[in-house]
Amino acid sequence: MVPVDYYIILSAILFTIGALGVLIRRNPLIIFMSIELMLNAGNLAFVAFSNMHKSFNGQIFVFFVIAVAAAEVAVGLALIVEIFKTKKNINIDEMNSLKG
Amino acid sequence: MHLSETTSSGFFFLAPWLVFAPLTGLLINVIFSKWFKFSEKMVGTVASLASGAAFVVSVLLAYSVSINHGEMMRWRLAEWIHVGTLNLDWTFRMDSLSTTMMLVVSGVGTLIHIYAIGYMHEDVRFKKEEGRFTRFFIFLNLFIAAMMILVSGDSYMMLFVGWEGVGLCSFLLIGFWYEMDTLARPSWANSNAAKKAFITNRVGDFGFLIAGFLMFWYLGSFQFDAVFEAAPEIAHSQPWVIVAITLFMLVGVAGKSAQIPLYIWLPDAMAGPTPVSALIHAATMVTAGVYLVTRSAEIYTLVPQAQYIVAMVGAGTALFAATIAVGQYDIKKVLAYSTISQLGFMVAAVGMGAYVAGMFHLITHAFFKALLFLSAGSVILGMERGHHHLAHAHAHHDEKPKGKKSKKEDHGHDSHEDEHGEVFDPGDMRNMGGLRKTMPVTFWLYMIGTLALAGIFPFAGFWSKDEILLDASLHFKSVYGQLTLAAFMTAFYMGRQVWMVFFGKPRHDAAAHAQESPKVMTVPLMVLAVLSVVGGALNLPFEGFHNLGHWLGYTLAEVEALPLDLKVAGISTVLALSAIFISWLIYGRNPLKAGQIDPLKKPLGFLFTGMENKWFVDEGYFALIINPFKKLSAFLADVIDWRFWHDFVHDTVILGTYNWLSEVALTQYADQKGIDRFANWLGESTQSISVTMRKVQNGFVRSYALSVMLGVVLILGYLIFK
Repeated sequence: MVPVDYYIILSAILFTIGALGVLIRRNPLIIFMSIELMLNAGNLAFVAFSNMHKSFNGQIFVFFVIAVAAAEVAVGLALIVEIFKTKKNINIDEMNSLKG
Repeated sequence: MHLSETTSSGFFFLAPWLVFAPLTGLLINVIFSKWFKFSEKMVGTVASLASGAAFVVSVLLAYSVSINHGEMMRWRLAEWIHVGTLNLDWTFRMDSLSTTMMLVVSGVGTLIHIYAIGYMHEDVRFKKEEGRFTRFFIFLNLFIAAMMILVSGDSYMMLFVGWEGVGLCSFLLIGFWYEMDTLARPSWANSNAAKKAFITNRVGDFGFLIAGFLMFWYLGSFQFDAVFEAAPEIAHSQPWVIVAITLFMLVGVAGKSAQIPLYIWLPDAMAGPTPVSALIHAATMVTAGVYLVTRSAEIYTLVPQAQYIVAMVGAGTALFAATIAVGQYDIKKVLAYSTISQLGFMVAAVGMGAYVAGMFHLITHAFFKALLFLSAGSVILGMERGHHHLAHAHAHHDEKPKGKKSKKEDHGHDSHEDEHGEVFDPGDMRNMGGLRKTMPVTFWLYMIGTLALAGIFPFAGFWSKDEILLDASLHFKSVYGQLTLAAFMTAFYMGRQVWMVFFGKPRHDAAAHAQESPKVMTVPLMVLAVLSVVGGALNLPFEGFHNLGHWLGYTLAEVEALPLDLKVAGISTVLALSAIFISWLIYGRNPLKAGQIDPLKKPLGFLFTGMENKWFVDEGYFALIINPFKKLSAFLADVIDWRFWHDFVHDTVILGTYNWLSEVALTQYADQKGIDRFANWLGESTQSISVTMRKVQNGFVRSYALSVMLGVVLILGYLIFK
C-alpha cells in the first residue's frame, strides 16, 4: 500500500502547479484549468486522509467539491463567453476596470 | 404622658400648663388680636390671665409637693433627644426648689403684667407707636413661658433652653423701642443696649455650654439626679473636672445674673420699658444664675475652692456695684446697679453654701425690687405727664411764662427737646424733687420698697439680707466685710435717691406738674408693697419659723437653721440707719437745687468721678477688648480679606492663573499645539496612507490572487512554525 505521505506530496505539487498557473497564465481557460487542478489537489488530499482514517467524511466532501467545481466552471465559462462577446478578447489583464 | 415616678395624689399632671398657659395667651394675642381688633385692655387681660393661669398652676404644684411631704415629682411630657448614650426627655421637675421659683416668677410676673397694661398704655402714646402695645405683651408672655421652662426643667439642657429663651426675650424687650434712645430721639442706642445684653450673655452661655459638655463627657448625663449621683466619684478621682464644671458654670452665672466681670449689660438694659426692667432685669431672669447654683448645690458642695470663688465674685460685685449706684443720676440706673449689688449678695450666699439664705433673698428681692422699679416707672410716667401737661398748656394758650420752657414744642409736644436743643429726661433725678406731694401713692410705695431694700427692721429685706450676713460672718469673714459695706452703701444710695426724688422742691416744671398714676398701676404695686413688708415672715430666724428653710430642706441637703444673731443684725441695722441719716445730711437737709452739682462731688473728688462714670469699666472694656477687636476685625476685613484674599488671592492668583491657564496653557499649548496637531496629523496621515494604498487595488485579478496566496502562505507559515 502506498503511504499517505506520497499522496500528500503529490497533492501539494498539483496545488502548487495550479496556483502558479493561476498567477502566471493570462488565458482564462488555462486559469480555470489551473483552478480545477487546485481543487483536485484538495480532493486528492481528502481522499488520502479519508482512506488513512477509515472514514467516509473526506470522500463526501470530495463529492461536494466536484459538484461546486462543475457549477463554477459552468458559470465561469458563461462569463467568459459574455466577456468575449463585448470585448472581442479574453485577455485577463485587460479586465481591470474595477480598480480604485 | 405618664408619671415616671410612683403615682401619687396631687396636681402634677398640670405641670405642662406652666409653659402652655403663657404660650396660649401669646398665641391668642398673636393670632386673634388683629382679626378681632382687640382693645388694649383685652390684650392686656389675655396676657395677664395667661400669666395668672401659670401662677395658679404653680400654686397647685407647690401644694401637691407639700402634701407629698416634699417628695420630688417628675412629669414626662415628650421624648426629646435619644442619641447614643444621650437620653433626654422633656420632663418637668417639681420639688420645693423649683416650685418656689415658679411661684416667684409667675406671681411677680402676673402683677407686672397687670401694671404693664397701665404703663404701656401711656408709654406707647408718648412714643407714638400704639401698634406696639400687643407686641409687648406677646414678648412678656413668651418670657414667662421661657422662664418656666428654665425653672421646671429636669436636666441642664432643658434649663439651658429656658436660659436661652429668657435671654432672647430680654434682647427683644430691651430693644423694644429699638429705633430710638431712652429719650425717644431717633438713635440706635436702645438696640445697641439690646445687642450688648445679648452678646455679653453669649459669653456667659459659652461658659454654661462648656460646663454642660464637660458634664456630659465626664459624668455621662445632663439629668440633674444622674449628674449629682456621678459627681462625688469623679470629684474623688479627678477633682479638676468638677472644679472646671463649677467655674465654667460660674461664667454662665456671671453673664445671666450680672456678676463681675459680665455685669455691664444690666445697666444698659434699662433701655427697655420699665415693666421689663422690673420683671426681667430685677425680679426673675437675672436670678436664674442664683437658681442654677442652688440647683447645682450638690456639685458645688464637692469643691470648696469653687464655692470660695463664687462667694468672692458675689461679694465683690455687691460692693462694686453699690459704689457705682451712689454716683448715678438716672432713677433706673441707680436701681439697676442696686440690682447687680443685690444679685451679688445672692451669689455670695449660694457660694458660701447658704442656699436657703440666697433663695430667701431672691424671693424678697423680687418683691421689693419689682416694687421699686415699677414705682420708678410710675415716677417717670408722672414726670412725662407733667411735661406733657406743660407742653399742652403752652401749645393751647400760647402764653409766655418765664424760664426756658417757653413756646416749646409747637410741633411734636412729646418730643423731649426744647428750642435750645436741651433735652428733658424724665428719668433724671436732677429734674425731679418734691414728688412726695404730687405723687403721694407712689411716694409711700417707694418708701416701703426703699426701707425693704435698705434692710430696715421689720421689712422683708432686713430678714433675708441679715441671714446672708450672718452666714458670711460665720464662714467667710472677708465676704462679711464686703457685704456689710455694700449694705451700708445700699441704704445710702437709696436714701440719696428718695431725698432727691421725693423731697425738696421741684427742680423742673415737669416735676411740679407731675401726676399720680392710675389704679391699674398702683394696685399691683400695693400688693408688692404688702409682700415687701411681710415677706420676711417666710423665714424668720426663730425656732419653728424657718418655713422656707424647712420647705427647701426637702430638696437641698444640709440646710442650717441659724438663730437670730443680735450682733450681726444690730450692726447692719445701725449701719443702715446711719447711712440714711448721712444721706439726709447731704441730700435731705439742703435739697439739691436745679443745676447744682452733686454735693458729694467735692468731698469725694476723683472717687465720685469714678462712681459717676461707673469706674470707667465700659471704657476699659472698649480699650481692652472692643477697640482691639474692632481694629482686628478692620484689619481682617480690609487687609486680610479684601486686600490679601480678595485682591491678591482671588484676583491675582486665582483669576490670573485661570486666565493664563485658559488663554495660554490650554488654548495655545494644549489645544492648538497638542490636540489640534494630533487631529490634523491623524487626518493627514490617513490621507497619505490612503493615497499610497490605493495603488494596491490595480484591478489585475492575478495580483489579487497573488496577495491571497501570500496571505495563505503567511498564515500557514505562522501556524506551522509558531
